[in-house]
Amino acid sequence: MTIIRPYGDTTGDGMVQLSFTLPVPHDKRAEGAALQLAGKMGMEPAMLVHAKQMGDAYTFFVVYGKVNHLVDTEKVQVVERDYPLLSAKEVNAVIKRRLRRRLNVVGACIGTDAHTVGIDAILNLKGIAGEKGLESYRELAVTNMGAQVSVPDLVETAREQKADAVLVSQVVTQRDAHLQNTRAMSAAFREALPAGRRPLLIVGGPRFDELMAGELGVDRIFGRGTTPREVASYLVHALTGSSK
Amino acid sequence: MAGKLNLDPRVVRTARRLAAKAGRPVVDLARSHTTVSVERAVLRLAGVHGADPDGIPWVNRLVDAVVADVGLGHGVALPVFHAMRASGVDDITVLAQKAAAGAVRFAVPAGKAEALAARRAAKRATSDGLKVVDRRRAERDRMIKRYGDPEQRPWIYLIVATGDIYEDIPQAQAAARAGADVIAVIRSTGQSLLDYVPEGATREGFAGTYATQENFRLMRAALDETSRELGRYVRLTNYASGLCMPEIAALAGLERLDMMLNDSMYGILFRDINPIRTFVDQRFSRQVHARAGIIINTGEDNYLTTADAVEAAHTVTVSQLLNEYFAHEAGLADWQLGLGHAFEINPDLPESFRLELAHALLARELFPDAPLKWMPPTKHMTGDVFRGNLLDGFFNLVGTLTGQGILLVGMMTEAVVTPWLSDRDVALQNVRYVLNGAGNLHEDFVPAPGGFLQQRAHQVLGEAVDLLERIVDDTLLEAIADGTFGIMKRPADRGKGLDGVAKHEDDYYNPVTEALES
Repeated sequence: MTIIRPYGDTTGDGMVQLSFTLPVPHDKRAEGAALQLAGKMGMEPAMLVHAKQMGDAYTFFVVYGKVNHLVDTEKVQVVERDYPLLSAKEVNAVIKRRLRRRLNVVGACIGTDAHTVGIDAILNLKGIAGEKGLESYRELAVTNMGAQVSVPDLVETAREQKADAVLVSQVVTQRDAHLQNTRAMSAAFREALPAGRRPLLIVGGPRFDELMAGELGVDRIFGRGTTPREVASYLVHALTGSSK
Repeated sequence: MAGKLNLDPRVVRTARRLAAKAGRPVVDLARSHTTVSVERAVLRLAGVHGADPDGIPWVNRLVDAVVADVGLGHGVALPVFHAMRASGVDDITVLAQKAAAGAVRFAVPAGKAEALAARRAAKRATSDGLKVVDRRRAERDRMIKRYGDPEQRPWIYLIVATGDIYEDIPQAQAAARAGADVIAVIRSTGQSLLDYVPEGATREGFAGTYATQENFRLMRAALDETSRELGRYVRLTNYASGLCMPEIAALAGLERLDMMLNDSMYGILFRDINPIRTFVDQRFSRQVHARAGIIINTGEDNYLTTADAVEAAHTVTVSQLLNEYFAHEAGLADWQLGLGHAFEINPDLPESFRLELAHALLARELFPDAPLKWMPPTKHMTGDVFRGNLLDGFFNLVGTLTGQGILLVGMMTEAVVTPWLSDRDVALQNVRYVLNGAGNLHEDFVPAPGGFLQQRAHQVLGEAVDLLERIVDDTLLEAIADGTFGIMKRPADRGKGLDGVAKHEDDYYNPVTEALES
């Protein structure tokens, strides 16, 4: 079956929940407005289960209802993992066999972004979710530049370290800072290095659309929940893969 | 509240003694060095204000000009006030403008009489600035007397962060009306690494609003209005940490901010600011806070966002003890020490809540007279807002059960968006439910003698003492270089802002330090 609808407690019931705020005080008209919005979003019938005024001029609503949209799973577009997931041991073995040297990785949070949680989760020995970070891989030489690294510094370090891959983490998304920073970064690498000598460019962060790699000028985007092992497996695939 | 953990007073004394021993060499370092930001703070208190057409403050231009002529090690007070007398300029900002244009040469006054005259003039000018700080403090005392403090502890601390001061103001006022006792205006990402303080009212920032004197003034005025309206003094918080700690501390004192984030090691560990720069700046800024009656908030919560909250629990205790030592040394009283800690244990870990309770109670009993700043979960907030709201509820429960002084309200949308109006409302409802339903539960809450909580607290304190012993042997600067705190390795000869540090020359003079230490 490729056509599905949301599930509340019965197959095909289409039930969803929604919460939002409208900039009006709470009264009958406000509740009607909330239901009108739900209706326009495809919820029919919609049940207003909670309304609460906040301050003088805002009301918070929770609405449950049946949504009349269908989704076709055949038409969903996602980036499927197109490389095998390897263990740390396998990653090290492949690098040793194919590259015959350590694979150089340079990581950083660029721009004004000071949130190193993402890059640290992937690179630090400590890792995340029980998986050790890339620093723990014998055949990976990791340089973690930390937070608020400027793009020129990143390019310079990548060049110095003869980076095979550059990992950039972006958490702050206000005013699309993550997209602007990524574009600036990929442009700088294009300018500084000829195609054959350019490192693999990888960005990660919780708010990226994994389909935007081409548009942002990078080789790969990793979204929320990515583990070090996935990144390591991808590096091995992309840099030592059978296509090379 | 004391005595629930049955801590051994001898161990507690040992821990404090070791913290003092570890901190002493750093204080000596801070007393024998100055930084560009310390000197700029002196000039701000002496009345230099405004910025050049590129937005670079005149204090920066003036310090740069002095450094180019005579270096930093004498302090800027003598060369600047000597130049004022020599050039006949009587407005110090005008002098800065002339210096920036290259029209003034600076020298350390050679003769005794000249030096004395420059000293006197510097002292007079900076004491005018300190008098404003004193007036602001008296003003706060009056307003608290008139409007009163919050009825309950912990004080409820809420963050606004729109990037635009004119958006922040109505949000802050709305938050205060909804129950916030303390408003913190988060700074734009990256400000901590600017080696100057931006000027004027600002409307553009990333994930926060720039800390500027004008923004401070606007927000304080707005909250004064709201304090009057609510009949409760609403406190205002901003961030001193970063490359401009001393200056921001001075501005906070001049504009009657009530709390400042001011950690002794945060800049080093999380912003890669040079350790010596940080310790020198930190000491001066805390002396200013002490004078201004500002409550500092320390940043121990941050260690737990990078290190494991169970394994590294004792590093929080060690940092609190160090922060306490440095704070006392700088003249801050216990009531001004919002020592930080956080609810960051992985909720999937068995007994995670009991561990949180043990750690929070340990902080409470180690620092019985400090307000303590209790920080909500962030690391294990996943985007599952329902679970997040539950975690925040348990966080609130620990906060009230262990008598925390300042509770930073957790948002279920942590790690998802900057808080929405409704997120704040849900979060405050959560806090109110817990305080209303269990606010006095601490009266009945007595951990079993020798039970899990006591054992865990004793273990963490023991580990803290062990670590302090190692730090004393190794020196604090080496410990920081080795990655003892928050896993980051920060050697003393690296990091940002090192070129703005100088050792005192024999004739170093700083009228503000002199006044603050007298």
